[in-house]
Amino acid sequence: MAKLRDIAHSRTGDKGNISNISVIAFDARHYPLLCEQVTPARVKAHFDGIVFGEVVRYELPNIAALNFVLDQALGGGVTRSLALDAHGKSLSSALLDLEIELPPDHDRGVA
Amino acid sequence: MRTIRIGSGAGYSGDRIEPAVELAEKGDIQYLVFECLGERTVALAQRARLKNPDDGFDPLLEARMRAVLPPCAKNGIKIVTNMGAANPWAAARKTAQIAASLGLSRLKIAAVMGDDVLEACKQHDLPLLEIDGTLKTLGNRIVSANAYLGAEPMAAALKAGADIVITGRASDPALFLAPMVDAFGWPMDDWDLLGRGTVAGHLLECAGQITGGYFADPGFKDVVGLARLGFPIGEVSEDGGLVITKVAGSGGEVSARTCKEQLLYEVHDPARYMQPDVVADFSQVTVEEIGPDRVRVSGGRGTQRPDTLKISVGYVDGYIGEGQMSYAGPGAEARARLALEIARERLKLTKVEASEWRFDLIGIDALHGERRSHGGAPYEVRVRVAGRTDTLAEAVRIGDEVETLYTNGPAGGGGAFKSARDIVAVASVLLPRDLAAPQVRFVEA
Repeated sequence: MAKLRDIAHSRTGDKGNISNISVIAFDARHYPLLCEQVTPARVKAHFDGIVFGEVVRYELPNIAALNFVLDQALGGGVTRSLALDAHGKSLSSALLDLEIELPPDHDRGVA
Repeated sequence: MRTIRIGSGAGYSGDRIEPAVELAEKGDIQYLVFECLGERTVALAQRARLKNPDDGFDPLLEARMRAVLPPCAKNGIKIVTNMGAANPWAAARKTAQIAASLGLSRLKIAAVMGDDVLEACKQHDLPLLEIDGTLKTLGNRIVSANAYLGAEPMAAALKAGADIVITGRASDPALFLAPMVDAFGWPMDDWDLLGRGTVAGHLLECAGQITGGYFADPGFKDVVGLARLGFPIGEVSEDGGLVITKVAGSGGEVSARTCKEQLLYEVHDPARYMQPDVVADFSQVTVEEIGPDRVRVSGGRGTQRPDTLKISVGYVDGYIGEGQMSYAGPGAEARARLALEIARERLKLTKVEASEWRFDLIGIDALHGERRSHGGAPYEVRVRVAGRTDTLAEAVRIGDEVETLYTNGPAGGGGAFKSARDIVAVASVLLPRDLAAPQVRFVEA
C-alpha cells in the first residue's frame, strides 16, 4: 500500500475557521487516480475529530491538482484557537499519510 | 511589449529582511512590495495607536526601510507596502524621517487612508461571516474594523509620483496589482486583465512561499539553500503575461511545483477568488518551466468585482492561559499522561474557570489527535495545557498550576513554560463599497 505522499504534494492555507489543503500530483498521469481515491468523504473521515464541517473538493485538471476546503477545521478560527498549530499548517502532512492503492505495474513517479 | 519586474520583499510582518535588500540591489526590479499585515495585526496596531497617536504602524518598518531605502533610491525602485497598519500617515512621516536621516532627499511618500470603517460598522448592523451573530453581538468588544481596499488608491498615488506608497488594510494581491495598473494604465473594469494581475499578486504576496519556503520535504521535495532563500520577482507584461523568477544565485527554487502549491494557498473556490477589484478565476491557470528558476504562468481570468468590500473586524475575545512541561527517557509517555491527569484534576479542585480546554501530549497527539499518531514509544513528550478564560488572572492560574508539576508531579519533569495572553480575534463582514472612502496624502523627505 502506498501513501498519498508517494504521488502528490500538498500545502495548507487558512482563513478564519476554514482550512484549505491542496493535493497536487507530482506526475500529471496520477491525476485521475487522485480524483478517484482522494474523495471529500475520505478526507472528511481522515480528519475525523479535527474537521467538524463540510469538506468540499475543487478540481484543477490543468495543474493536476485538487483543492479541499474544510469547514470548521481550525478550533474556532486561527486568531482564537487554543491549538498548538492554530493555523493548521501541519494538516497537509496529515493528509499525505492517506493510503493510496496504486495499480500493480505502477511507477511511483516521485519527483 | 512593455514588461515590469516586481519584487516581493516580505510575506509577513516578521519576515527576513536581507532577501529584500538582495532584490533591490540585484533584482533589476522597478517595484518592491512588502506584505506585512496579518489578519489581526491591524487590531493590535489600533490598540498601540490609542496609546500613542504617532504609533500603530508595523514595528519593523524602521528596520526594513533603513535596509532597503538606499538601494531602492539608487536604482529608482518604487515601494508599495501595507506597513501602515492602523496608522499609515504616521508610518509615512516616520519613513520620511528615516529617509532624511539616510541623506535621501526628494522622496515622495504617500499614505493611503480610509480603510478604517469602524464608524460605518457602528451604524450598520451586518452579519458576521465566520461565526454566528452580527456586529451588534460583539458590542463594545470591537477594537477595529478595516476594509480590504483595492488597487485604485495605491495606483493613484503612484501615478501622482509617489516613490513609496504606505497603506493600512488592503487586499494583499492589490499591493501588486497597483504597480501594474500604474505602469500599464489598465482600466479598472477590464476583468480579465485584473484577474491575471491578481494571479500574479497572489503568487507573489507570500514572498518565500513560492521560491521554496514552506515546501521542502527531504527525500520527496528537496530544496537547496533555504538559509538564504531568494524572494520572488514577477515579470508582468502589458497583456498580463507572467513569469515568476528570483535573483540568480540566491537559495531556493522557482518551479512548476512551487508555483502550483502557492496558486492554491488560502484559496477556496479557485474560479471565484474574491478581491476588491475583481473576482479572479484561477481555475484555468497553467504553469510551464521555461528556464532555470523561471516559470510562465498563464490562463488567469476575471469577472466583475463584488459590490461589497470585505471588512476585517478585530474584537476582544477573552484570554488564553497555557502551561507546558517535558518528560523524557523510558516511560516518558506514561509520566506525561500522569502529569496531564494530575493537572486536569488540580484545575478542577482549584476551580479554575475556562470555557474551553486543551490537554495535549506534544509528540503524540497535539497536532492531529491520537488517532493519527503512528504509535511507538516516543523518547520525549511535552505536556501542554491551554484554556480560554474571561480574565487575565484566571488565565495566569493555568500556567501556574502546570508549573507546580515540577515539585508535585511525576519524576523528571523539566523545561516548564507558561504564558497568559489576551486574545484579539478577527471576524469579517461585507460592507457596501461606497461606505469606505480611500484618501491619499503625501509627505516629502
